[in-house]
Amino acid sequence: MISVQNVSYSAGKKQILNNVSFEVTSGEMLAVIGANGAGKSTLLKLLCREIHAASGNISLNDRDLVLYSIKELAQLRSVLTQHNTVSVMFTVKELVLMGRYPHFENHPSTNDIEVVNKVMNETGITHLAGRDYNTLSGGEQQRVHLARVIAQIYDCPNAFLFLDEPTNGLDLLYQQQILQLARNMADRGYTVISILHDINFASRYADQILILKNGETVAFGPPLEVINCDNIHQAFNIKVKLMDCEGFKCPLVIPSGILI
Amino acid sequence: MFLIAVIIASVCIGAVHISLPQFWSILTYHSGLSKEVLFSSQQTAVLFSLRLPRVLLGVIIGAALAISGASLQGLFRNPLAEPGLIGISSGATLFAALMIVFGGHLLSTIGSIYGYYALAVAAFIGAFVTTLTVYRMAMHQGKTVITALLLTGIAINALAFAFTGLLTYLSTDEQLRNITFWSLGSLGGASWVSFSSVLPFIALPLVGLPFMAKSLNAIALGEVQAGHMGIRVNRTKRTVIVLATMAVGASVAVAGIISFIGLVIPHILRMAFGSDNRLVLPGSALLGAAALTLADLISRTIVAPAELPIGIVTALGGSPVFIYMIFSQLKKQQL
Repeated sequence: MISVQNVSYSAGKKQILNNVSFEVTSGEMLAVIGANGAGKSTLLKLLCREIHAASGNISLNDRDLVLYSIKELAQLRSVLTQHNTVSVMFTVKELVLMGRYPHFENHPSTNDIEVVNKVMNETGITHLAGRDYNTLSGGEQQRVHLARVIAQIYDCPNAFLFLDEPTNGLDLLYQQQILQLARNMADRGYTVISILHDINFASRYADQILILKNGETVAFGPPLEVINCDNIHQAFNIKVKLMDCEGFKCPLVIPSGILI
Repeated sequence: MFLIAVIIASVCIGAVHISLPQFWSILTYHSGLSKEVLFSSQQTAVLFSLRLPRVLLGVIIGAALAISGASLQGLFRNPLAEPGLIGISSGATLFAALMIVFGGHLLSTIGSIYGYYALAVAAFIGAFVTTLTVYRMAMHQGKTVITALLLTGIAINALAFAFTGLLTYLSTDEQLRNITFWSLGSLGGASWVSFSSVLPFIALPLVGLPFMAKSLNAIALGEVQAGHMGIRVNRTKRTVIVLATMAVGASVAVAGIISFIGLVIPHILRMAFGSDNRLVLPGSALLGAAALTLADLISRTIVAPAELPIGIVTALGGSPVFIYMIFSQLKKQQL
């Protein structure tokens, strides 16, 4: 369970986040949406302790984030950042094994190897195991990184998975695969928080949605409650139509076009 | 195995030839295993007081250069980060030259163990200051700006050479000879004294750097990402910089600038075994040791009785291998 209370953050004079609060319980997936510059990435950086909040509290499993040691934290949450580059030639298997680094000193245990094999299987990259990472396509690379961060917390119950726009630059099939894998993690009891751009994907895969605008909360709640024309207009400054569609629990959001 | 073969070959071949049975006889005689004497006393003298320290010095310097090259490449997230190329060696040379010219009273006993210590420390400080400068200039938010890295290297190289050049005007004849020796690079100054004085400065990095392998692997993904994986990035950076510059500084202090070892050896290993630093770091040390010993063997025998500067040999031997490796790599990627 993650609890964020009245968190604010500013860089220089610019207030980036202002009094943001929310709670996500284990087994739930939260999607954070909002326009560019709304403070989504800053929020995620705060959650993974890359930066520290100016005020407010963040706690993971009822323990203040700042109290965790770097090693405890690495075994409790893993983070998939945007723009992952790998500077030298690593094979896919070596990269996924890196996810296990918080769990062994110099030599991986048989359990670590087992986890790596299982995760590669679940993410469908076993056939790529021996390939050089830099020869993979964008979608395959992203799945490798997702496998790496899943491997990091695979055998840690009540752990957290943070994803920063995991579907960026991927085609529709890969977008769904990545989000489905994230969804599966939530269904297995993990807490998943993901920044997303596509509102329809967000309402389809997530249990809760947090809408941010200029560092402030526009709305927070289940998709059915927060996805409406007003909120979307307020957050993105666009007019949209909602359309019910068979088989979807939440109406689809369709931009009605703008004049430039 | 290769390393041991090269060591034995280097010990035996030279102006005074020692055959393998003779070598074996010397070994067994002195370890008390055999009373048979198949060798001359001249051979023993050459072996113990000239060749052995030189070969051992080659071994530790080769290992030091290769392992520090490999770990700096990991830290800078760039395979071009080589002590010579990015100016660390010339920074060390400059400080060593400063020490020779201005630290005269300290070095009045040059050749003694303290003289070497003082030089090694000066070279280490030089290497350290340069590395920090290069790192500050070339890294932005955990990413290496390659142009900044190379340009800083070029600028520091030019600056260090210019100052070293200036120093030559201020120096006496003997100091001049010392400085020239440093900028050319040679194992010719090897003696038991120089070997034992740099040994601690090189042994520490050789033992310590392989422990950084896992962290360096993670840093290949980015410093932020490594932090998310529970790696203490800043501590790793500090440790790697201190240890690597210590090794480079010590090497420069006794052997001057020897290029290419730190660049080519880690590459060869990466292309052969992949980039896992847990293999690359210790492997680099072994292969670097063998390569430099071999290069030194060639440099002192090929134009005997004269000696070729070892830098020429490492460049001649290293660059074709390097180019061949790059080509085969490109071909593999195209398939």
